Amino acid sequence: MGSLTIGAKYKTTIKDPGTPGILRMNDDRFTFTPNDPRSAMKFNVDFRTIKGHKFNKVEGNKAALLNLSKEDKAGGYIFEFDNVGNRDLSRDFVARVLGKHQGIVPPRPTVTPENSVASAALEQLSAAEVERRVKLLREDRNYIRSLFLEIFCKNLNFGQQERTYLKMKQIKDQNKGQVSRMRLVDIKPTTDGRTNKVTFQITPEMIHQIFAEKPAVRRAYLDFVPKKMSETRFWEKYCRAEYLVRTKNTAAATAEAAGDEELAIFLKNDDILAKEAKMKIKRVDPTLDMEADTGDDYIHLPDHGIHRDGNKETVDADSELARRTLSQDLNRHAAVVLEGRSLDVESTDPKTLAEALVRSKKEPPSTSIVDDANHERLVKVARMTEIEDLQAPRSLPCMRPLCIKDPKEYFDSQQANALRSLGGSNDGRKARTCSLSTEEAFHHLMDQMSSIKVNKLNCPIIQSDMALKEVSKACLAELQLQEFLELTIPRSSIDGYPGIATAFLVIDPITSAVLYNKVQRVKEAMTQIYQKLQLIKESAQPDALDAAFNHDVEQQQKSSKAGNRHNGF
Amino acid sequence: MTSAHSKLYSDDVSLVVVVVDTNPFFWAAAALPFADFFAHLIHFVNSILLLNHLNRVVVIAAGVSSCAYILDSSDASPSGGVGVSDTFDRASRKAEEFIAQDARATAGNGSVASANATSLLSGALSLALCYIQRIFRSGTRHPQPRILCLQGSPDGPEQYVAVMNSIFSAQRSMVPIDSCIVGTQDSAFLQQASYITGGVYLKPQELNGLFQYLAAVFATDLHSRAFLRLPKTLGVDFRASCFCHKKTIDMGYVCSICLSIFCKNQKKCSTCGSEFSRVMPDLNSMPDQSK
Repeated sequence: MGSLTIGAKYKTTIKDPGTPGILRMNDDRFTFTPNDPRSAMKFNVDFRTIKGHKFNKVEGNKAALLNLSKEDKAGGYIFEFDNVGNRDLSRDFVARVLGKHQGIVPPRPTVTPENSVASAALEQLSAAEVERRVKLLREDRNYIRSLFLEIFCKNLNFGQQERTYLKMKQIKDQNKGQVSRMRLVDIKPTTDGRTNKVTFQITPEMIHQIFAEKPAVRRAYLDFVPKKMSETRFWEKYCRAEYLVRTKNTAAATAEAAGDEELAIFLKNDDILAKEAKMKIKRVDPTLDMEADTGDDYIHLPDHGIHRDGNKETVDADSELARRTLSQDLNRHAAVVLEGRSLDVESTDPKTLAEALVRSKKEPPSTSIVDDANHERLVKVARMTEIEDLQAPRSLPCMRPLCIKDPKEYFDSQQANALRSLGGSNDGRKARTCSLSTEEAFHHLMDQMSSIKVNKLNCPIIQSDMALKEVSKACLAELQLQEFLELTIPRSSIDGYPGIATAFLVIDPITSAVLYNKVQRVKEAMTQIYQKLQLIKESAQPDALDAAFNHDVEQQQKSSKAGNRHNGF
Repeated sequence: MTSAHSKLYSDDVSLVVVVVDTNPFFWAAAALPFADFFAHLIHFVNSILLLNHLNRVVVIAAGVSSCAYILDSSDASPSGGVGVSDTFDRASRKAEEFIAQDARATAGNGSVASANATSLLSGALSLALCYIQRIFRSGTRHPQPRILCLQGSPDGPEQYVAVMNSIFSAQRSMVPIDSCIVGTQDSAFLQQASYITGGVYLKPQELNGLFQYLAAVFATDLHSRAFLRLPKTLGVDFRASCFCHKKTIDMGYVCSICLSIFCKNQKKCSTCGSEFSRVMPDLNSMPDQSK
């Protein structure tokens, strides 16, 4: 920790004029040596005996005092210094040493009233010092935060805290060229309760942020100031626009935008940002990168993001006014902070700042690189989107493309086809042109009607032989199918399966009694067979049964195929 | 009483108007004898009547020179009987009378050529639609009407306009037109009719089993058709006939006023009288109306 040698006056009491001498302090002890060698005010005190130290607030001509008190309030050592600086130095040193020894927070300096009482310890800070501290505390929240951390987390004394703060300020100064991490762009006005005035306070820090985050505003500033308007006027308009947006006064905003060109610029969407966003999105490979979040960067797209009041509104496409959403603003701020470009320009002049920002941003990629990147991206995309399974086999010969036939030819050919196909059928339905005369034709028809009257409905319209054959075939087929299904699928799952025979019987109405009887007998036989099959299945061994049934099914299929060919239907 | 009444008329009550082709020239040359055809028809009619006691069937015969109703199931029989044989008796008697009347009419009308004689489909469709309209106006509770055309004769291009008008009117009344072709050639008119009105077009392969085709495809009511897979045509012949020569054409001239179709360029539309050959007035000489 070192040592400190400083000139001071030792006082036994406050009123004591004091003995001038040298005060030497080190980590363990402090000594006071009076200038006058004959003086008896010489002492060598161990710091361990000192329990605390107090100092006074220096006002006017008051002396800077430092009181080192012993334990049990058994007295102390009062030193008077020539100036406050010396006193403070001593005080800090003492505080450090004491802190090291005791590990406790030193007591805060107490401010005594102006007419100080001798008995009370003088603990007065100078007004300037207090003002300085108050200013520090008010302006820099970081300081308060660090103070809190130091006091409650690290047990450092006040001197150390100040040092920590100074260190932080140093770091901050190093990052001065960069945009502050705190979002200052949201300038909050102060309102005078009585009048209708709204006051905005813009600091250079805020201007820096505004220029970094809103390139359109920066461009407007460079264009307008000082040619078209003064800086004050510019910021006035900007603040006005911001106020209108914040208060969601779209009607007033539109009106003002219509009237004032420059104001309108602040209310419109930032086109520079939009362009940048588009370029950025183009460079993103959608098949490989999940980087792009279109909702944030596409500030011109409607229906994205949450508006500042938390609800989702649809954008009126006609309105030119920008609808900024909270997420967009936050993301823009974050992007600017992360870019982390520090400028060489230290000055707070907005103009130079703006120009510097413009210069720093002007780094267009060379077109050849962009093209190559683009080309590469497209190739990648093409590769990614090809799904091998769905590719057409390239080895097959090309198919003939479809063509629309001439409808006349098509329908004429259909007629020909119909005639040809009918010619081949057993009915032999051909288009025979009627060679009869009108009378003959009508006669023929009348004869037909007479035959109808004679025969009435005696001739069945369904040929029973053919129908029976069809029904038998259907029943046999169903039987085989049922057997096969039973072997492969459990009975319970095919209970709902409609029988072919039953379906056939439903659609084909039976007109002949003979046919009906035959069908009934077939049905009875079928049910008996099912029951028998069931018994066999339950009693016999599964393996043998399976083999037997397979063999049987094969046999029956062979016989039915032969049968089919024989029938010729 | 009203609740019971409401249950009487459900979705599956049908009114089927059957248009039967009785062109003697066609039936003289047809493979299926007219007697058999008639038997199939009567059985089909009975089947429909059996499906629902409120079903109604009307049979219209389309002859060469005339059309007539030959059966109306709602008519009381003179003998007082109801049944298959009764239906058959009534229908056959009326059919015979109609054929005789048609013969007389055709003999008197000398312009009918035997080879190309067509049945009066347009007239029969008009009769059917008129009957259906009467049913519509009889009250809110009426059966679902549909038309079934049993056609064998070829299409008569001279009937194109009338048939198309009938088709459009059926479409407007939401009356489906089903077609069953018992002849050898497809009918372009009926293809279009079934297509436009949402009916079924069928050309059975085996005419001996005509009844089975009719019962399986055409007997179902309109409501149940939604659940069935009925036969679909491969294509529809949308060719029109020209109004001037009644030729079937696929490329022609259309009047922009009345949409009449002509095979050749004409100066004047024969349907609506618009003049085609009118020269457009010179635009420069016309007064500027904007000023």
